[in-house]
Amino acid sequence: MSILISQDTRFIVQGITGREAVNLTRENLDYGARIVGGVTPGRAGRDVYGVPVFDCVRDVVAKEGKVEGSVVCVPPNFTRDAVFEAIENGIELIVVVTENVPRKEVAQMVELATLRGARIIGPNCLGLISPGEAKMGGIGGPAANTRQAYMPGNIGVMSRSGGMTTEIASTLTAAGLGQSTCVSIGGDAIIGTTYAELMPHFAADPETHAIAIYSEPGGRMEAELAEWVKANDSRLPIVAFMAGRFMDEMQGMRFGHAGTIVEGKEDTTVEKIERMRAAGISVAERIEEIPALIGKRLEAAS
Amino acid sequence: MRFYEYESKELFRRHGLPLGRGRVATSGAEAHEIAAEIGGPVVLKSQVLSGGRMKAGAVQFAETPDECPALFDAIMPIEVSGQTARSVLVEEKSPVAQEYFVSVTWDGRRKLPVLLFSDMGGIDIEEVAEKHPDHVSKTHFSTLLPLSPRIAKEAIAATGVGGSTLNRLTPIVFELMQIFLSYDLTLAEINPLARLEDGRFIVLDGHVDLEAEARGQHEALLAELGIGADETRQAREPTEFEIAGRKVNQVDHRGVAGNVVEFDGNLGLVIGAGGGSLTLFDAVRNHGGKPANYCEIGGNPSVGKVCELTKLILAKPGVSKIAVMMNVVSNTRVDIVARGVVKGCIESGKDPSEVISIFRIPGAWEEEGFKILERYGVEYCDRSVSMYEAAGRAVAKLGA
Repeated sequence: MSILISQDTRFIVQGITGREAVNLTRENLDYGARIVGGVTPGRAGRDVYGVPVFDCVRDVVAKEGKVEGSVVCVPPNFTRDAVFEAIENGIELIVVVTENVPRKEVAQMVELATLRGARIIGPNCLGLISPGEAKMGGIGGPAANTRQAYMPGNIGVMSRSGGMTTEIASTLTAAGLGQSTCVSIGGDAIIGTTYAELMPHFAADPETHAIAIYSEPGGRMEAELAEWVKANDSRLPIVAFMAGRFMDEMQGMRFGHAGTIVEGKEDTTVEKIERMRAAGISVAERIEEIPALIGKRLEAAS
Repeated sequence: MRFYEYESKELFRRHGLPLGRGRVATSGAEAHEIAAEIGGPVVLKSQVLSGGRMKAGAVQFAETPDECPALFDAIMPIEVSGQTARSVLVEEKSPVAQEYFVSVTWDGRRKLPVLLFSDMGGIDIEEVAEKHPDHVSKTHFSTLLPLSPRIAKEAIAATGVGGSTLNRLTPIVFELMQIFLSYDLTLAEINPLARLEDGRFIVLDGHVDLEAEARGQHEALLAELGIGADETRQAREPTEFEIAGRKVNQVDHRGVAGNVVEFDGNLGLVIGAGGGSLTLFDAVRNHGGKPANYCEIGGNPSVGKVCELTKLILAKPGVSKIAVMMNVVSNTRVDIVARGVVKGCIESGKDPSEVISIFRIPGAWEEEGFKILERYGVEYCDRSVSMYEAAGRAVAKLGA
């Protein structure tokens, strides 16, 4: 099993005729995704790898009925409106690939999604994958590369870096540990869905046995996760990797992603690692230690 | 990007927030002139992009204009948290009855803007929150619903402020909330906001931070305030190497390569992507290596862009070898990066097999990439060698 997406998820791609979106559509179709339509205003009637293009999300819904998801791949200036359009047409899972969307607009998107009961993944993310079933977004790249790195199994993966999602999955796969669902949650200061908000989904999935996460300096997301773990006595062991330790000495400098900056003590890796460990989360020193740490935690739990 | 106090105050002035008389001086004579215009006691404040000015002695008071030139000369050379002064703000000194704290920022956990208010301003707000929690209010507000002054009123009243003070504070606090949202700020702060002995309110000190991503939407404001397009306003000024890196990135629109940060080590790094670079930089340092730079390759940069980045790093004094490493890539093509770095070495007059200590980029088009590297005798590895191990090999080669 998996969370959020499965082989039955029917979704659309907004901005489908853009260069990046064309690639992503091809890669997702090749991996088995059910893309029922694409949207680019003014381009209705065309198709992208057999996926019909519409002017409005409303037109896809009118033709196809309920659509579960959308991948938003439009320039930053149009992102908020595209997400609003998806939400107002009843789409409940929206993956926002676009980078450089100002925080206020992200907050507005998230607020509307919350009002309407929709979920946003991203922005500034590569999407999500339930290996062997389907993927939404550029995660893993071409289908052949995706199959090489990801394998069906029982580990849930969450990562603030799109590329590192694949690096971790690839490391798990090499160690014989498959994945239930891997989510690139996005690298911005405000994102639609945090680690702690995904945990209840993983906890409710009987096929997920453990969690691997990639984290960075900046923000309070790790603290939020630590609090969730303490409050919920979760059955799922968590192993985290913390990158960017050198940034602790470089206050006020931004590296990597928009949300990756040390502005106060709570943003440092030292503080985050301490909080996570205090909550019972194992913290790996290197990526390649993750599989063994997960193995150890699973053994201890059984 | 942070604004200087005088720039923040100019923004406040445009929105009708009450300010004391004064302006910026760039010489002792000018400081004298401004103080004479004001005609009373003044405060001279260093214009730096960091807090802690008072402690550093970069804020001084003068009773007469004649004291100003010497104070100006004393303030200008003072470094505050590593930042040097751009100018000195000379403002009238006003008799203060009480100080307040107002700040609007983002709460990444609640994903909403949050208004912080305290009737104990002027001092460290975190200390106030700890010792006098009933004197600090924290109020989240919507980015979708119409902004309304009642939010400001409730935030102020929650700290026990009432009477005419409440009614005079409300429009000021409300205006700051509007400024925060209309200019895509990540911080808008007034501390202290002062109630004077005559009952008037004025902004004594304040500053704002504009979100880098929203810069393009506020170009007019930045131009009017005299903030140059090349001013990054990061924790430190960009070096020549970093400015050259930005130019590399502007070679074409394909992918990212060139956003370098300078360090003083000897191992050049051609690394990516966002998270991969952070992981690899840590790995190099853990092995005892000394990076000459940080950088991020991302998306699918052209051969030309990677080539120029390689040349830039190889030209840095003290760099004898580079390590080319990324996490497993999906969008970036391994063969294009391989072609780019090899070309960069050759155009720098170096042998790729000598200069590239390790090439560890697994993923899309890796077979084609590895073929190119083999042809030039460059050591490479696939995903079976971890990022940490690859970094170790690069560091070891430099030592040998």
